Amino acid sequence: MAIVEVKNIYKSYDKGKVKALQDISLSVDKGELYGLIGPDGAGKTTLIRIIASLLIADSGSATLAGFDVVTDYLQIRSIIGYMPGKFSLYQDLSVEENLQFFATVFNTTIKENFELIKDLYVQLEPFKSRRAGKLSGGMKQKLALCCALIHEPKVLLLDEPTTGVDPVSRKEFWEMLIKLKAKGITIIVSTPYMDEAAMCDRISLIQNGKILETGTPAAVTKYAAHKIYAVKAESMYELMKSIRLYPSLHSCYAFGDSHHVQLEDDDIAGLTGFLEQQGINDTQIKEIAPGIEDIFMEKMNLAV
Amino acid sequence: MNAIEVKDLTKTFGAFTAVDHITFDVKKGEIFGFLGANGAGKTTAMRMLCGLLLPSSGSGTVAGYDIATQSEDIKKNIGYMSQKFSLYNDLTVRENIRFYGGLYDIPSKELKLKSEALLERLGLTAYANKLLSSLPLGWKQKLAFSVAIQHKPSIVFLDEPTGGVDPITRRQFWDMIYEASNDGLTVFATTHYMDEAEYCHRVSIMVDGQIAALDTPTALKEKYESKNMDEVFRKLARKAVRGE
Repeated sequence: MAIVEVKNIYKSYDKGKVKALQDISLSVDKGELYGLIGPDGAGKTTLIRIIASLLIADSGSATLAGFDVVTDYLQIRSIIGYMPGKFSLYQDLSVEENLQFFATVFNTTIKENFELIKDLYVQLEPFKSRRAGKLSGGMKQKLALCCALIHEPKVLLLDEPTTGVDPVSRKEFWEMLIKLKAKGITIIVSTPYMDEAAMCDRISLIQNGKILETGTPAAVTKYAAHKIYAVKAESMYELMKSIRLYPSLHSCYAFGDSHHVQLEDDDIAGLTGFLEQQGINDTQIKEIAPGIEDIFMEKMNLAV
Repeated sequence: MNAIEVKDLTKTFGAFTAVDHITFDVKKGEIFGFLGANGAGKTTAMRMLCGLLLPSSGSGTVAGYDIATQSEDIKKNIGYMSQKFSLYNDLTVRENIRFYGGLYDIPSKELKLKSEALLERLGLTAYANKLLSSLPLGWKQKLAFSVAIQHKPSIVFLDEPTGGVDPITRRQFWDMIYEASNDGLTVFATTHYMDEAEYCHRVSIMVDGQIAALDTPTALKEKYESKNMDEVFRKLARKAVRGE
């Protein structure tokens, strides 16, 4: 059953010059961990703010738990937890005071929903009298999540919670989200890190205000227009330059220790022969299953 | 001479040792990846290398200048670009190029020619008089990199240059890095994208203020029996004792 429904949303800024969202529709089921995956400027923040009732769309509609985001904004605000991309707690209040404040605003107490925030709070406790502004980045993020959870929201809206966070801390943050999901909270989370898509139940790939694709991570990565080959050689830079000269090349992108190559004719023997002519004889090639980032780039190219 | 040579470089803040006796060098023309978890001491180390912070102890040179005594010379002879701040949104594209060129004392006649050439090369001529804020992030980052190296520094420091950038632009950005490195520029970069760590000639990983590992990506993967750099990073960073 859908708890969030977004239908044909359009939003523009600067008198229509900047089209932030164009015909966005999606639905999020109750208890789902839903990822909005896309780079900066894709429209993720605008979409989350519209769902949170903080911004009004130019056209289209959205509901959350059956409430309309424009007319029923008061009801919506009491049942969502929202963590903006920019740290927005009170810098001059202590950790404990911030929590206390948000609990009071939502007519509850820290005690009442302590179970929900316990795992996070244990890590914050040593700093409970420190001002929020003096916390490290990771601790700020944990406190912000605590404050967003303190009233046991039905839907948690997280706008780029892991941007600028190192891979280890990012993984810990996602483990925390999975735990929250297990407690029945619906989570919508945006991220520019493609590898985080795999942690979601379903995802929408977003670029330039449009949804490129929606589905489970497995479904989204099931099919690429052309076979994908991971190609390696001793000199990766020379290899890249040579591959780019190949006439029936569809695309070639660096992917860590290999280049991912797609060919218009899917004929890899042709490429191998071509590379040998170019003097590259040590290529290692294997066909691989597409990842989220492969698909994202393929859809980006199609959208242009 | 190496582009960077540091020995026992240390920075303490009161009782806290942010950077703890790091020793390494970066070769000329090398792409060097400087990795570490948040709070491992990367930023502090980088600030010392850029001449923005004096070390508490230890020694070193950057671009041939002494970290302890020649920080002004270092600033003049390096390029710097960060994801968080690089160009001015309220200036036009051309004004940004001219402003940075002016900061680095590029003579105005030369700067004029160089700016136009740069605009042309980046395909931004039509946008020269547009405010920077109107450019997509990916274009801004490519422009920022070009601006950071237009005074021909021998080394450029890139602090998370590709954060939040779309996957295609991110790769185009690395194409630019490769090209510049091929022309002899030394590149010192931090990143949270572990696939980008693979593009570096050598990588160091900081843990608790110290350099826990430093080698080529291939050697690190072998040593830590990992299939990719993400796994190497996690194996090392998980050992961290101190928080952020």
